Amino acid sequence: MSNIPADLKYTKAHEWLRDHGDGTVSVGITDHAQALLGDIVFVELPEVDDTFEASEVAGVVESVKAASDYYAPLSGTVTAVNEDLDDTPELVNTSPYDNGWMYTLRLDSVDDLAELMDANAYSETCED
Amino acid sequence: MTKPTNTPKHTALYHNHLSANATMVDFAGWEMPIHYGSQLDEHHQVRNDVGMFDISHMVTLDMRGVEVRSFLRHLLANDVNKLKETGKALYSCMLNEKGGIIDDLIVYYLDDQFYRMVINAATRDNDLQWIMQQVEAFDVQINEREDLSMIAVQGPNAAKTMATLLHGEAGNVITALKPFYAYPLGNDTFFARTGYTGEDGFEILLPNVQASDLWNDLLDVGVKPIGLGARDTLRLEAGMNLYGTDMDTSTSPLVSGLTWTVDFKDADRHFIGRNALEAEKVAGITQRFVGLVLQDKGILRNHQKIITNKGEGEITSGSFSPTLKKSIALARVPSDIGTQCKVLIRNKMLTADVVKPVFVRNGKSCLENK
Repeated sequence: MSNIPADLKYTKAHEWLRDHGDGTVSVGITDHAQALLGDIVFVELPEVDDTFEASEVAGVVESVKAASDYYAPLSGTVTAVNEDLDDTPELVNTSPYDNGWMYTLRLDSVDDLAELMDANAYSETCED
Repeated sequence: MTKPTNTPKHTALYHNHLSANATMVDFAGWEMPIHYGSQLDEHHQVRNDVGMFDISHMVTLDMRGVEVRSFLRHLLANDVNKLKETGKALYSCMLNEKGGIIDDLIVYYLDDQFYRMVINAATRDNDLQWIMQQVEAFDVQINEREDLSMIAVQGPNAAKTMATLLHGEAGNVITALKPFYAYPLGNDTFFARTGYTGEDGFEILLPNVQASDLWNDLLDVGVKPIGLGARDTLRLEAGMNLYGTDMDTSTSPLVSGLTWTVDFKDADRHFIGRNALEAEKVAGITQRFVGLVLQDKGILRNHQKIITNKGEGEITSGSFSPTLKKSIALARVPSDIGTQCKVLIRNKMLTADVVKPVFVRNGKSCLENK
């Protein structure tokens, strides 16, 4: 069973969001996603000040096996990226919800968060 | 890639893989282990210690008859006349009339009327059809050994580990085997000092009914199971071609880094494809098979485009090198490419060094320090 923390929001594309309560969220990929990808060896991060529409490609995560796009969960502007992933991309495998965060996003509208899934809803999609 | 959903085939070690928590995938109609947890850990296990692979899906063909040598001298681009000692192995391409590669294979000399060939699983049906067509004019009998399994034990500690399992004369003979030699033990067991990892090791043929016992004995002495995922990164680091990826019927050995496997010496040996290769040489060979080491951040992947001022090329196999911690690739490029090139990765032009197509051998980097 994969780990799905109750305090996060989720997308169908297996991204998680942590609401910082100040209009920004941190974003990463879920435990379920990292397990499917296998050993991650490179993460192409967005750049600070990049702006994204919801579902736009934000970067690429590459495992030994294959490259997979990841998507901006909501529209907004990148405020920080996790540069630790440049040298230790395996943090996405070992700590997907903490040290393996990818970037923080200032949301265009905080209300958009309500459109995302909670842990219960997400765990049902993982069982499909 | 979509494949017909036929019932997958299982090797004699299928249940051993499930017991070892393998993630199973389809490979050429066989349900095979891609990894047992971590492809990276499995890669390092083989580079640093010893691991084992189930390669029973590969196809073993026994060829016997008074004309078997002349048949193989006709069928294969390399010359089996090089094989004089029992058990000696030869790597060769099997070509079509146009010089395209039908398969790459290993052939073992056992005696003047008996050779054993190991071909790829994915090409089995085509290969057999081709071989049966070519053999008609020769007095040769071909027997597919579906009764045998194959386990590869690979890594710097492979010989030491095998010695603890095999006692008596067999143990002595096997651990003293020279690279690319095999030792047949009766008709059903066969130890070859060959592999597909760039490390020391053995490929062991044995009856299907004994495969699980050997697998479990190897587990007991600390040999870890390794999936097809790590098999691919290990062979890529070793600069070993993968059929269907690095070469196929549309490419000749002369543009696939396999010129060394084609033996033109005997002018009277009219092997299949010879005329086409000679014509290709006369016309001038415009492509070269090289290694690439990515200098920028990113991962080289199959089919990425290479841009040079001499024209375009293509990556045939690309991945992350767990040993070098860089991305590496095999590629077919314009002959006069120089020492660097650009690779197009998702609309970005990244820089790669052009190197000889071998990256790691016996645990050590083959790259010059840059």
